[in-house]
Amino acid sequence: MRPPSPSPEQLGPPEAEEAEDGAAPVPAPRPRRRVTWQKLTVLPAFLLALLLATWLWFRGADLDSIARNSIADGNVWLRLRQHVVLTVVSTFFVLVIAIPLGILLTRRRVRPAAPAVIAVANVGQATPAIGLLALLVIWLGIGMRAALVGMVVYAVLPVLANTIAGLRAIDPTLVEAARGIGMSAVGVLRRVELPLAVPLILAGVRTALVLNVGTATLAYFGGGGGLGDLIASGITNQRMPVLVLGSVLTVALALLVDWLASLAELLLRPRGLGAS
Amino acid sequence: MAEAAPRPPEGRAETSGATVRTSGATIQTSGATIQLENLTKRYPGNPAPAVDCVNMDIKAGELVVFVGPSGCGKTTTMKMINRLIEPTSGRIRIDGEDVTGIDPVRLRRKIGYAIQASGLFPHMTVAQNIALVPRMTGWSKRRIAERVEEMLDLVGLDPGEFQGRYPRQLSGGQQQRVGVARALAADPPVLLMDEPFGAVDPITRDHLQDELIRLQHELHKTIVFVTHDFDEAIKLGDRIAVLRERSHIAQFDTPEAILTNPADDFVSGFVGAGAALKRLNLTRVRDVGVVDFPTATIDDPLQTIFERLRAGTTNEVLLLDRHHRPYKWLRRGDLMRAKGSLVRAGTLVHDTVTRDATLRDALEAVLIDNAGRVPVTGRRGRYEGVVDMETLMNSVHELLEEDRLDAVEHQHLLEEQRAQQVLEEQEGTTDAPEELA
Repeated sequence: MRPPSPSPEQLGPPEAEEAEDGAAPVPAPRPRRRVTWQKLTVLPAFLLALLLATWLWFRGADLDSIARNSIADGNVWLRLRQHVVLTVVSTFFVLVIAIPLGILLTRRRVRPAAPAVIAVANVGQATPAIGLLALLVIWLGIGMRAALVGMVVYAVLPVLANTIAGLRAIDPTLVEAARGIGMSAVGVLRRVELPLAVPLILAGVRTALVLNVGTATLAYFGGGGGLGDLIASGITNQRMPVLVLGSVLTVALALLVDWLASLAELLLRPRGLGAS
Repeated sequence: MAEAAPRPPEGRAETSGATVRTSGATIQTSGATIQLENLTKRYPGNPAPAVDCVNMDIKAGELVVFVGPSGCGKTTTMKMINRLIEPTSGRIRIDGEDVTGIDPVRLRRKIGYAIQASGLFPHMTVAQNIALVPRMTGWSKRRIAERVEEMLDLVGLDPGEFQGRYPRQLSGGQQQRVGVARALAADPPVLLMDEPFGAVDPITRDHLQDELIRLQHELHKTIVFVTHDFDEAIKLGDRIAVLRERSHIAQFDTPEAILTNPADDFVSGFVGAGAALKRLNLTRVRDVGVVDFPTATIDDPLQTIFERLRAGTTNEVLLLDRHHRPYKWLRRGDLMRAKGSLVRAGTLVHDTVTRDATLRDALEAVLIDNAGRVPVTGRRGRYEGVVDMETLMNSVHELLEEDRLDAVEHQHLLEEQRAQQVLEEQEGTTDAPEELA
C-alpha cells in the first residue's frame, strides 16, 4: 500500500497499465479523500467574515424606532428559522414527488408520457414565482401552506429533469448486462440504475435547494414569513440597515445551503465513478 | 507475452472449488445440453422474422460458436437462450428442461452471461461485481468471499491486488477477465458470451482466447459464443454454426469440416481465402511427426563428427550443446574452413519450435530458415527432431485429404441420422433430441 495521496485530483484514469495481467506495477487503489480541507474551510470562513462584518456595521448603524421595531423581540431569529423551515420542507416534498416521478417516467411502459409531464413541470417553473404565489394564496388562503405549495411547484422541474436525464444517461448495455446476469427489475433499479444516476440527481437537488432559498423570500407576500419579511419592511419603511440585514442573511443562507449540498454531492457520489 | 501471465498454480482452483462445494448447496460443475426447437423471433411491424425457425442441438460441455455477418441474428438467437429477448415461437430446452415458460430471472441466474466491453458495473468493486450472482442466489458471506478469490485466481488475476479495485482502474483485458469471472461465479452449467473479446486489442484478444480455451479445458461448461470473426470461431469452437440472414444455419460442424468442406458458397465466402492456411492453425507439430536428423554434441570428438558428416545423406549435422539443445548447423566444409575449431565453424540455430506450436508457426519458421528446416524442441529446449518443408507439405496434404474424407463420412452420417429421425417421427416413436444426444 502506498501512503495516501495528498491530492485526490490525481485520481484520474489510472496510468494506462496495458501490461496485460498486472505484470507491470500498477497503482494500488489508494484510500481517497474527496473532501479537501480547502473545500471544508474556504466558504465557511467567508460566510463568517461576511456575517461578522454585517453585524459590526449594523451595530454601528444609526437605528431609529421604526428600524428597531422591525428587529425587536427576536424577529430576525424567528424569520431566519421560518426561512430554513420553508426551504427544508419544500425541498423534502420536491424530492418525494420528483424522484419517484422521474423513475416512473423512465420505465419502459410509461416512457411515452415523459414529454408531457416535463412540459407541465416546465410551466411550473416558467411561471413567475410571485404570480404563482398570488394565485395559490387566492386558492389556499394566506399562510405557510400556499408558500410551500408554490415553492414545490417551482422547484420540481430541476430534480425531475435531472432524475430522468441521469437514468437515461446510463449505458443501456449495462442495464442489459444486469438483466442478463439475473437481476429482477427492482434489483436493476436499486443496484445499478439509481447508484449510477446519483451524481445527476444530486446536482438537481442542489439546484432545487438553492432555488428554494431564493423563492422562500417571496413567501412573505403570501403571509408565509421568512427573511422576506425583513427585506420587505426594509423597503417599505425605507430603512437601509434592515433591508441589508435581510438580504445578507438570505445570501449567506443560500451559500451555506449550496455548500452543504456540494459536500453531500461529493460524499454520496458512488465510488468508482471517477473523480469529478 | 504468454510468460507474463500469472497463471494460477495448477490444481489450485480445483481444490478450493472442492472446499466450496462441500460447504454448500449442490453445484453442477459441468455443462448442460441446450436444444433450440423452431426458435423464431418476429418484431412487430416487420413482416420478415429476425430469427427464423432455428433448430440446434448443443451437447453438454461443448463450445459452440455462432458466427455470421452483422445483422444476421446471431446475437438475437443467443439472447433468446436466456430470454433477454423473448422468442415469438419455438422452444428452448436446457438439460432437457423446457425453459421457455419459466421465470426469466430464475433462468438467467443459472446461465452465465459475458458481453462485449465486459459490462462491469462501474460503481462496484471487482469483488462486488463478481459476487453479484452468488449474493442474489443467497450464498453465505464466507462462501462468496472464497468464491471471489477462486474466480479471480481462475482468470489469472491476483485476488489480493484486484479485489478492491473499481473497473475503471483496470485495463480492457483485465476488465474482460473480470467479466468472465462474474459470469462463472455462481458456477452455471451454461455460459453465453456475446463478442466478449470484440473491444480489446489483437494481442490481448489472442491471449484471452488462449485463456478461455484453458478454462474450458478445466470447466467443461456448455458455452455459446457469438462472434463475427471467423478466425476466432475456428480457434475456439468445438463446433461452429455459420449463420446467414435471419439466423438460418448455413453450416453447423467442426472447424475442420467447415474449412475443408464448406457447405455452400455463402460458407466458403465467409471462410474466406486461405482455408488451407487456416487449417494449419488447428494442428500442432506433435501431431505430424518430426523427422530425425544426424546430430552430434559439442563434447563428441572431432573424428566422430567427421564420420557422421560423411555418413549422413544430408552432408550436414545438427550440433547440440551440453544440455542437448540445438546449437549449430554444421556443413561438410565448415570444419575445414574453421581449421578444426568447433567454436568458429557452422551457423547458429536461430529459431526453434516446440511440439505444441501450430503448423502455421512451424511453416513460418521453415520459410524464414534459409535451408528450409527448423529443429523441434521438447521439455527444457531439448532436441526432439526436425521439421522441414517436405514433411510439412506431406502432412498438410494428408490432413486435408483426411478432413475431406471425414467430412464426406460425416455428411453421410448426418443424412442417415436425419433419415432415421424422419422414419421414427413417421412411426410416432420419436424423441429425436435424446437420440442425437
